[in-house]
Amino acid sequence: MGMQSQDIIRRSATNGLTPAPQARDHQHEVAKLIDVSICTGCKGCQVACSEWNDLRDEVGHNVGVYDNPADLTAETWTVIRFDEEEDESGTLEWLLRKEGCMHCAEPGCLKACPSPGAIVQFANGIVDFQSEQCIGCGYCIAGCPFDVPRINKKDNKAYKCTLCADRVSVGQEPACVKTCPTGAISFGSKAEMKDLAASRIEELKSRGHAGAGLYDPQGVGGTHVMYVLTHADKPEMYHRLPKDPHISPFVRGWKEWLKPVGALGFIATLAGAFAHYVGVGPNTVDSPDPEAAPAKPPEGKETVAAADAAEGEHPVGRE
Amino acid sequence: MDTKNLILRTKFVDRMCHWTMVACFFLVAMSGLSWFFPSLNWLSGVLGTPQLARMLHPFLGTVVFVLLVCMFFRFVHYNMPARTDVTWFRNIADVLMNRHTKPLGIGKYNAGQKILFWCIMALISALFATGVVAWRPYFAGYFPIPAIRLALLAHSLAGLGLILLVIGHIYMGIWVRGSITGMLTGYVSRAWAKQHHDRWYAEEIAPAAKDTSAKRQS
Repeated sequence: MGMQSQDIIRRSATNGLTPAPQARDHQHEVAKLIDVSICTGCKGCQVACSEWNDLRDEVGHNVGVYDNPADLTAETWTVIRFDEEEDESGTLEWLLRKEGCMHCAEPGCLKACPSPGAIVQFANGIVDFQSEQCIGCGYCIAGCPFDVPRINKKDNKAYKCTLCADRVSVGQEPACVKTCPTGAISFGSKAEMKDLAASRIEELKSRGHAGAGLYDPQGVGGTHVMYVLTHADKPEMYHRLPKDPHISPFVRGWKEWLKPVGALGFIATLAGAFAHYVGVGPNTVDSPDPEAAPAKPPEGKETVAAADAAEGEHPVGRE
Repeated sequence: MDTKNLILRTKFVDRMCHWTMVACFFLVAMSGLSWFFPSLNWLSGVLGTPQLARMLHPFLGTVVFVLLVCMFFRFVHYNMPARTDVTWFRNIADVLMNRHTKPLGIGKYNAGQKILFWCIMALISALFATGVVAWRPYFAGYFPIPAIRLALLAHSLAGLGLILLVIGHIYMGIWVRGSITGMLTGYVSRAWAKQHHDRWYAEEIAPAAKDTSAKRQS
């Protein structure tokens, strides 16, 4: 937490009345563009990611597919997904996708996070986890429409791709972009990346990929990691990339609807009790001890025993 | 304590159960509220740091649930619906306006208390079930993400409902003088019992007292 950020446009669990420092917001929105039609699945990006971020995940096991490691983890922030697709004529097609955080414009993780400042969104669009503030509840996992964040067993904190926020803040591209040998990953302003994507899509269409298109899902306000897909009409083919990702209505209901209703519930309950007490006054016993004098028991203990014995004959059960 | 003119309404075991639950519930509710209303984030301080609170919350919640199960078996007998409950509901305005005009045939617990009993049972059970689904790092991994989302929504809904009910419960304790002392010491006065739980007094306390005094005279 050495360098301070003054360009935070959204901060988890933070009241809109008390925003995070955001004076330095004169920034371009950035984006990473991943062209799956150029990717060869070399996994150089995975290595570069581990290198730059000082991550050394445990060496896992081969589970019968090329995906290695088999899934994203707290120490593997990007994984190349390999899907085999066979068309009607029996032609095999490899569908490769570099999976990782999409850096949504409307991040579900940030909406779900209950810890103030544990997730922030910078003016350039990067969504980053401030791990010191993380409490390990895993709500970000429930909030994410892409199933990206992972909790680390070592420290019980959530991790994901930072879009190399540390590199980007000093004018460099993310490590995966820098290392990609085929040029499948590009980085720049979001506008530039959309232009680049448009020219690539045009080229793919001219080569017969009628379904080619840009993946920049508007259900989450667009993303700062975008794909050029050869089958953009069926993104699910690329390892279940959601066609219309959006923050779950359950998460919205919990964070947007229940919160104000709950606050009103508290105010109404406390105000009702207060008004009742002031209006009616305490409920005291009218007359002191009506029968105590004649039927005074010699000892409380005996009364207790008698009362206990009577318990079994409580009439309620018979009614 | 001189308990000569007092009636033991709640036994030691039940009182211990109740107040241990209160202590744990307080910690769980405060930490829960700290995450539900982030502006009340400081409430998680009751359990140390936010990280520690997150870790302890589900364990303390489990303690609450276990105590609840004990209380269920101790109290369910008195909380079954009775015909006289209808009378209580019909006269709810008198009850709330503090007009003690006629006896309502109230047993050991009145109809409102019975409803509270069943609501608390249902809500804490729901909180435990949904809490397990969302419990990291131990159990959440075994559930699909859509189930966790639903569990988190249901957990906060149930938690909210429970806390509001408990506020009502605490208010009733403050409003009906003698109740809190009754729950702390176990003893209530005879007049208290007769006024607030007339059928309980008539059926269980008065005959028992007569028995003992008769026994003493003979």
